[in-house]
Amino acid sequence: MMTRLKWLVPTLYIIFLMLPIYWLVSMSFKTTNEILGSFTLWPQNFTLENYYTIFTDPTWYNGYINSIIYVSINTVLSVAVALPAAYAFSRYRFLGDKHLFFWLLTNRMAPAAVFALPFFQLYSAIGIFDTHLAVALAHTLFNIPLAVWILEGFMSGVPKQLDETAYVDGYSFPAFFVKIFVPTIAAGIGVAAFFCFMFSWVELLLAKTLTAVAAKPIAATMTKTASSSGYELGLLAAAGTLTIIPGAIVIYFVRNYIAKGFALGRV
Amino acid sequence: MNKTVNQKAWFFVLPVLVLVAFNAIIPLMTVVNYSVQETFGDNVFFWAGLRWFEEILRSPRFHDALGRQLFFTGTILAIEIPLGVIIALAMPRKGPWVSVCLVLMAMPLLIPWNVVGAMWNIFGLPELGLLGKTLNTIGFDYNYTRQPGDAWFTLILMDVWHWTSLVVLLAYAGLVSIPDAYYQAARIDGASSWAIFRYIQLPKMKRVLTIAVLLRFMDSFNIYTEPSVLTGGGPGNSTTLLSLDLVKIALGQFDLGPAAAMSLIYFLVILLFSWIFYTVMTRGDEQ
Repeated sequence: MMTRLKWLVPTLYIIFLMLPIYWLVSMSFKTTNEILGSFTLWPQNFTLENYYTIFTDPTWYNGYINSIIYVSINTVLSVAVALPAAYAFSRYRFLGDKHLFFWLLTNRMAPAAVFALPFFQLYSAIGIFDTHLAVALAHTLFNIPLAVWILEGFMSGVPKQLDETAYVDGYSFPAFFVKIFVPTIAAGIGVAAFFCFMFSWVELLLAKTLTAVAAKPIAATMTKTASSSGYELGLLAAAGTLTIIPGAIVIYFVRNYIAKGFALGRV
Repeated sequence: MNKTVNQKAWFFVLPVLVLVAFNAIIPLMTVVNYSVQETFGDNVFFWAGLRWFEEILRSPRFHDALGRQLFFTGTILAIEIPLGVIIALAMPRKGPWVSVCLVLMAMPLLIPWNVVGAMWNIFGLPELGLLGKTLNTIGFDYNYTRQPGDAWFTLILMDVWHWTSLVVLLAYAGLVSIPDAYYQAARIDGASSWAIFRYIQLPKMKRVLTIAVLLRFMDSFNIYTEPSVLTGGGPGNSTTLLSLDLVKIALGQFDLGPAAAMSLIYFLVILLFSWIFYTVMTRGDEQ
C-alpha cells in the first residue's frame, strides 16, 4: 500500500514547484490589460510583446550579457585557482592545512550584506568599480571555498598510485596534472563549475552594489523596473522567465553529477 | 589516505589564499575599523571604543530582528530537513524518472534570488496571483502586504519552495550510496521499514544531512534578496530579518559605526552556531 503510492510524494512536490513558475511564464505572455483587468488561468490574448521589448531594448538585453560575462569570468577564475589548492589539500600535509581549510569555509558563511559596503569602497579605491571583473572577483569570496571543498572531495577519491605511476613513467608534475589528473576528475570539475555558475548567477546584492551602468546585471535592471515605472508585471514576468533558461540548460547537462558533487565533498 | 608532509604545498594554495585574503581580510578590517570609530562625514573619524557594540547589543531593534531571524531559520529548518528526507526516500532509485525528477527539482535553485522574490510577489497577489486569488476564493482573508501573519506564511512557503530541493538532492545522494547488500540483509532479518530507515538509511545520510543543515543554516541566516523583493521587510517591520535591517542601517541611513558593529556581531553569531553544530555532529567520527 505504502510502496504503491510512493510516487505520489515526488509528483506532488514537483507540482508545487512548478505552480509559481507556471504563473510567471503564463503572465509573461499576457497583455497588461489582461493581467490587470481579469483573472485568467492561461493567456487569452497570447502576446510576445513583452519578449519583443526585452530583445530590442539595450538596457534589457545588455543586462543579460553583463550577467553572463561576469558569471563566466567568476566560474573560470574560481575553478582555476581552486584546482591546485584542492590538490594540495587532498595530497599533502603542511603547516596549518586544517586551519586554512576551515578558514576558507568560514568565508562561505559571511553575509553578503556585511561585505557590500567595504567591497564598494575597496573596488572603487583600486578603480575597478562598475566592471565585470569587480563582480566576478567579489563572487570568488564564496565560490572559491565551495570549489575547493567540492574538488578536494573528488580528488581524495582518486588513489595516490595514479600520481606515483605517472612519475615513474617519466611525467613531470605539470604534464601529469594537465594530461592525466585533470581528465580523471573531469566530473568533479564539472560539478564545481556548476555550483560556481549557480551561486554567481543567483546572487544580486553584491552584483548590484558593485555596478552602476556598464556592468549592470539583469537582476538589477529588473528591480529597477519593478520600483520605478509603477508595475509592468508582464515585462517583469518575461524578464524573469528568461533568467530561468540558462540555469535550466546547465542543469540538464550536469544532472547526473549534481547530487554526487556534494555527497563526495568533505564537511 | 596517507598524506605526505610537504611544506611546498603552500605554493599550490597561494593563489586561493591571495584572492580570498584580498576579498575577506581587507573588507573585514574595514568593518572592524568602522565599528570602533565615529564619523560626522568628510572622512574625519573619532575613536568610539566599544560604544557601538554596547548600543547594538542593548537596542530592542536588534533584539527584535535577531528574534525574527532565529524564528525564520528555526522554522524553515524544521520544515525543509524532514520534508527533504521524506521526498528523497520516496524518489525512484533508477530508471528514466530519476533524471526528470532531478532536473525539475533543481530548477528553483538556479533562479536568481530577486526573480524568486518577484515570482512569489506576483504569485501571492490577492487579486492577480494564483495563490492569493485561490486562498481568497476559498474563504481566507489573505493579503501579504497588509497582514503580518500572511507575510510570514508567504515568506516561509517561498523559502520551502526555493530550498527544499537542496536537501532532497543531498539526502538522495546519501541514499543512493547505500549498497543493495544492506537492504537484502535487512530483509532477511525481517526488519520493518522504520528499522531500515533508523538503522541503515539515517546513519548513512548523517554526513550529507550535516552539510544540508549547515548550508541551510548559513544561507537562511544571510537571506536578503528574496524577502526584500517579496515584502521589503513589511508590513511595518514584521518581516525585517537581520540582513534587511543591516542594509537599512548601513546603506539607507549610512550609520557606519553601528552598522559595522552589528555586522561583526551578526557574523560571530553565524560562526558560533555553525561551529557548535559542526563539533557536535562530527564528535563521534573522530574515534
